[in-house]
Amino acid sequence: MKINVTDQAGEKHELEGLEGWRVMEVIRDWGLNIKAECGGALSCATCHVYVDGEWLDAVGAPSDEEEDMLDSVGDVKSNSRLSCQILCSDALDGLTLTLAPSAAKD
Amino acid sequence: MSTEITTDVVVIGAGPCGLFAAFELGLLDIKCHFIDILDRAGGQCAELYPEKPIYDIPGFPVVTGQQLTDNLMAQIAPFSPEFHFSRMVNSLEKLEDGTFKLQTDADETFYTKVVVIAAGGGSFQPKRPPVPEIEQFENKSVFYAVRKMDDFKDQDVVIVGGGDSALDWTLNLEPIVRTLTLVHRRDAFKAAPASVNKMKELVADGKVNFQLGQVAKLDGENGQINHVHLTTDAGDLSIPATRLLPFFGLTMKLGPVADWGLELNDNTIVVDTEKFETSVPGIFAIGDINYYPGKLKLILSGFHEAALMAQAAKAIISPGERVVFQYTTSSTKLQKKLGVA
Ligand SMILES: Cc1cc2nc3c(=O)[nH]c(=O)nc-3n(C[C@H](O)[C@H](O)[C@H](O)COP(=O)(O)OP(=O)(O)OC[C@H]3O[C@@H](n4cnc5c(N)ncnc54)[C@H](O)[C@@H]3O)c2cc1C
Ligand code: FES
Repeated sequence: MKINVTDQAGEKHELEGLEGWRVMEVIRDWGLNIKAECGGALSCATCHVYVDGEWLDAVGAPSDEEEDMLDSVGDVKSNSRLSCQILCSDALDGLTLTLAPSAAKD
Repeated sequence: MSTEITTDVVVIGAGPCGLFAAFELGLLDIKCHFIDILDRAGGQCAELYPEKPIYDIPGFPVVTGQQLTDNLMAQIAPFSPEFHFSRMVNSLEKLEDGTFKLQTDADETFYTKVVVIAAGGGSFQPKRPPVPEIEQFENKSVFYAVRKMDDFKDQDVVIVGGGDSALDWTLNLEPIVRTLTLVHRRDAFKAAPASVNKMKELVADGKVNFQLGQVAKLDGENGQINHVHLTTDAGDLSIPATRLLPFFGLTMKLGPVADWGLELNDNTIVVDTEKFETSVPGIFAIGDINYYPGKLKLILSGFHEAALMAQAAKAIISPGERVVFQYTTSSTKLQKKLGVA
């Protein structure tokens, strides 16, 4: 499956996603600008992304715990998600998203 | 007021690995002082995941971050380490006589024979909201913590966030400010229910202005804000404000550790695997902050590193003294130190 990511600098990347992996892990392992401080444990919100409108239904709504974590960044939009909470699957082939400013490394 | 402290070992960072180092050093009769930017012990365990279970600590099928911290504190209690919380180690230098001089941002100077850097992923610092040019207002009219209540007296204060810090300071500052606006992106709060109810009462009484939204821009000059612009569902809003307090939690930054002249590998400190000593003799690095071939960033690894580091530190602190290897199970000498024999 493919994931289309626009980074904070506006550059577009097409990444190969691995079934069962978290979208955050794919973005991180490709070396894009994502801090992902807690490694996917839903404890940092430094893997914040904006999911493209047409993909919102497919990724589903964030859990209450994820909403709580999203409170800790100042650039939340209605399409905000934490990418460590999205699992790669065939149903998400072509997923298009943008890295939030607050996901950037130092 | 400046303070000077002379000791055998200073441990920078009271995360799990630093804490266990106090145990291993204690068994060898070495006393240590801890310095940590947080206001309590536990590092990542206490700050990022106090209630999440850890499954890979030997002997504990499951233990939460806070429980592990509490247990480590109980384990090192017999050695009475001294804790200096809420201060950051800014500088570290080796003096001509071989001792180290450390300075904190709380105007303390430590002189020590050995330094153990257990700084983990770096020092915890407040998350800065992505608001343009916020830096120019920081520590003048934008603060990430309340150090002096007086700085907020008779001011127009805007507090941002929905957690305990935001709610606590809304309640604490309300009686002394001129106006207070609480801004949060949604109508649900992750704070103690009692605080949320009290805040809602103040809003109902017209004492606190609650706005759903996010900070977009700040107006002001020479470090002094005069308006906070919000984006809200109902459109943009401009609120007169002289103080802004964003509470978005903490994030880790490597910070001053990078400037101490130690050999680094991609934001971690290079050590040997015999003593876990850095490129400067007498300075050790254990836990997540160190690097060697095969390094695993696990609590378990940091515990092992602490034990070997302590043996090497002993040789520096008491040169010539023979250290006899002993087990805590069978040595009455060690048991006496632990207060169990
Ligand atoms: C969500 C999450 C889940 C995890 N789960 C596990 C797990 O299941 N098993 C496991 O083994 N590990 C796990 N880890 C990793 C584990 O937490 C770390 O390996 C461990 O905390 C490292 O301990 P440490 O003592 O080296 O550093 P830290 O815990 O990072 O503590 C370092 C301390 O040093 C302080 N400090 C740094 N620089 C300075 C300075 N200049 N001045 C003053 N103070 C300073 C910091 O404030 C901090 O308190 C997890 C981590 C996270 C975030
Ligand atoms: S990586 Fe920390 S919340 Fe996603």
